[in-house]
Amino acid sequence: MAATSPAPSSADTQAVSGMATSYRRKELRRAFQSMLTSRWALVGMLILLVVTFVAIFGPWLAPFDPNRQNIMMRLLEPGEAGAGSLTYWLGSDQLGRDVLSRLLYGARVSLLVGVAAIAVGGTLGTIAGLVSGYFGGWIDDVLMRLGDIQLAFPFILLAIMFLVVLGPGLVNIILVLGIGQWITYARIVRAQTLSLREKEYVEAARAMGDSTFSILFRTILPNIIAPLTVIASFNVAGVILSEAALSFLGLGVPPDVPTWGSMLSESRDHLLSNKWWMAVFPGLAILLTVMSFNFLGDGLRDALDPQQRSVIESRGTK
Amino acid sequence: MWTFLARRLLQSIIVLIGVTLISFISLQMGGDPTFLFVSENASVEEIARAREALGFDRPLHVQYLSYVWNALQGDFGNSLSYRQPAMDVVLQAMPATIELTFFSLLLAIGLSIPLGIYAALKRGKPADGGIMTFAMLGQSIPNFWMGIMMILFFGLYLRWFPISGNVPFLEPLFEGDFSTAFSNLPRSLYYMIMPAIAVGTYTLARNARLIRSSMLEVLQQDYVRTARSKGISERRVVIHHAMRNAWLPVVTMIGLEFGFLLGGVVVVETVFSYPGIGRLVFNAINQRDIPVVQASVILLAVIFILLNLIVDLIYARLDPRVKL
Repeated sequence: MAATSPAPSSADTQAVSGMATSYRRKELRRAFQSMLTSRWALVGMLILLVVTFVAIFGPWLAPFDPNRQNIMMRLLEPGEAGAGSLTYWLGSDQLGRDVLSRLLYGARVSLLVGVAAIAVGGTLGTIAGLVSGYFGGWIDDVLMRLGDIQLAFPFILLAIMFLVVLGPGLVNIILVLGIGQWITYARIVRAQTLSLREKEYVEAARAMGDSTFSILFRTILPNIIAPLTVIASFNVAGVILSEAALSFLGLGVPPDVPTWGSMLSESRDHLLSNKWWMAVFPGLAILLTVMSFNFLGDGLRDALDPQQRSVIESRGTK
Repeated sequence: MWTFLARRLLQSIIVLIGVTLISFISLQMGGDPTFLFVSENASVEEIARAREALGFDRPLHVQYLSYVWNALQGDFGNSLSYRQPAMDVVLQAMPATIELTFFSLLLAIGLSIPLGIYAALKRGKPADGGIMTFAMLGQSIPNFWMGIMMILFFGLYLRWFPISGNVPFLEPLFEGDFSTAFSNLPRSLYYMIMPAIAVGTYTLARNARLIRSSMLEVLQQDYVRTARSKGISERRVVIHHAMRNAWLPVVTMIGLEFGFLLGGVVVVETVFSYPGIGRLVFNAINQRDIPVVQASVILLAVIFILLNLIVDLIYARLDPRVKL
C-alpha cells in the first residue's frame, strides 16, 4: 500500500479552500471585465436585456390582447390603423390579432422554455457527470452508455417522438427539451470531475472527513461552473431554436399561447398572398434572441479562456 | 481492423437496442398506447379488440420483445391515414429525403471548407470578419424561417426558383431507370436548391467556424513552420501540410451533421411541401398517425447510426493514430 501523507489540519484545509474561493472570485471578476471589452458580447447582452424586459413587461407594453380576434381587422398591413385610434404597428394576422402584441407575448415562452429546459438538463447532467466522474466504475459506464444511446437519435426526432405521445404543453416541451440536453453537461462535468478529484484541495476535504455530498457539491462543483455557463449560453440558443421548430410543427405549447414558432407556422398559409409581415417579424425575433445568446456564449468562452483573454486584452477590444 | 469493426458493430447494436427501448417507452408514456392506434371515434368494443390484437394486454416485457421482433421486420403496424403498413409509406418518401439531405450536406461541407480555410488564412482581416459574421448569422437563423424568407424573396418576388415540390432522382435510380434518373438530375437539383440551402446553412456556418479554428491551430504547429522555413510555397504548405490534419475534426463532424441535417429536413420539407419523410411526419403528427411517426423516426435513427459507423471507419483510415 502506498505511504499516505499526514492528514492536513482543519486550519490548513480552510486556508486552502479560502484561497481557492478568493482565486475563483478574482478569476470571475477578471473574466467579466474582459467580457465587457468584447463588442459582440456587449451587443448580445444588450439584445438579451431588451428581450427579457419585453418578456417581463409584455402585458403592459402590448397594445392589444394577443388572442383578441377581430375578423374585420384581419390581415392589416404594418402601420395600418384599426378600429378606434389604435394602430397595428406590425400588422394583423388571419384572425385579426395584433402581430406586435403576439410577438411581445411570444418572448415569454421562448425565454421561459430556453432557460427552464437548460435548468432541467443542466441540473440532471451536472449531477450525473459529478457522480459518474467521481465514482467511476459501473455507474459511470451505465450513465455514459445511456448518453450514447440518446445521442444516436437526431435530437429533434426524439423530441417529436415523445411530444406526439405526450401532447403539446409548456411543461412537456420543457421536460423533453431539458432531458435532451443532460448528456452535454454530463460529459463536460464528468471530464472536469475526473481531473479535479485528484487535486490537493479535494483530497484535503476528503481527509477532513467531509461527506461525499459536500465534496461533490461544495468542493468540486464551484470549480466547474465556468465552462458550464459557456455551454449553457450556447445551449439556450439551441433550445430556443428547437422550441420554435417544434411549435412550428404544432408540437409546442397549446394554440392559445402565442409563440414565435406557431406564428411562423400560421404565416405559411398566407405566403402566396404575400402577407410577408406575418413571417418576417416572428423570425427576426427568434434570430435576434438566438444570436444574443450565441454572442454571449462566445464572449463568455473568450473571457474564461486565459489564452483567448490575453489576445483580447492585447487588442483592447474585439 | 476486424476487431475494431466488430467492436464498433457491437456498440451500434447496443445503441440500436437502446433506440427501440426509447421508442417503446415513448409509446407507453401517455398511458394506454391502444388509443394511439385507433381512430378518435372508435367504440369501446373496437378499442378492446385493438388492444388484444396489438398485444397491449400482455405484460410489458413481452410487449417490448414483440415490439423489437416486429421492428426488426419493419412492422410498425398499419398507418391510420394511409391504411397500409406504416413502413411502406415511409419507404416511399425516403428517396426524396435522402436526396435532400445529401445535397444539403454536400453544399454545406463543400462551401464551409474554402470559407473556413480562407478565414483562417486572412485572420483578423475584413474577409475573416465577414465570414465569421455570416457564420454567426447562419448559426442563429431558424432553418424553417430561412426557407420562408427564400420563398418570399427568390420564389415569389424574383421568381427564380420553384417554391414547392421536387423532381425525383433517386427513385428512378433505385428502380434501375438510369436514363430517367439522369435526365431528371438538373431539374431535381433546381427544385432542391432552396430547401437544401435552408437545411444546410447551420451546418455550413458551424463547419466554417470549426475549420477556421482547426486550421489556425494547425498553422501554428512546428511542422508547418518547418515546411515554411524550407521554402515550400504557401499554397503547398496549406494544401499538403496544414489541410491534411485540419480535416480530421471535420470528418468526425460529418456523421453527426448528417443527423442534425435529418432533423432540419423534417421541418424544412414542411415549408417547401417537399414530398419526403419530413412532410410525412408533419402530416402524421397532425393526424396523430403514430405508426408512421414511429417508423419514420426509427428508420432515420438507424440510417444515422449506420452512417456514423461508416464515418468512424473512414476516420480510422484517415488518422493512422487510431488503431484499427
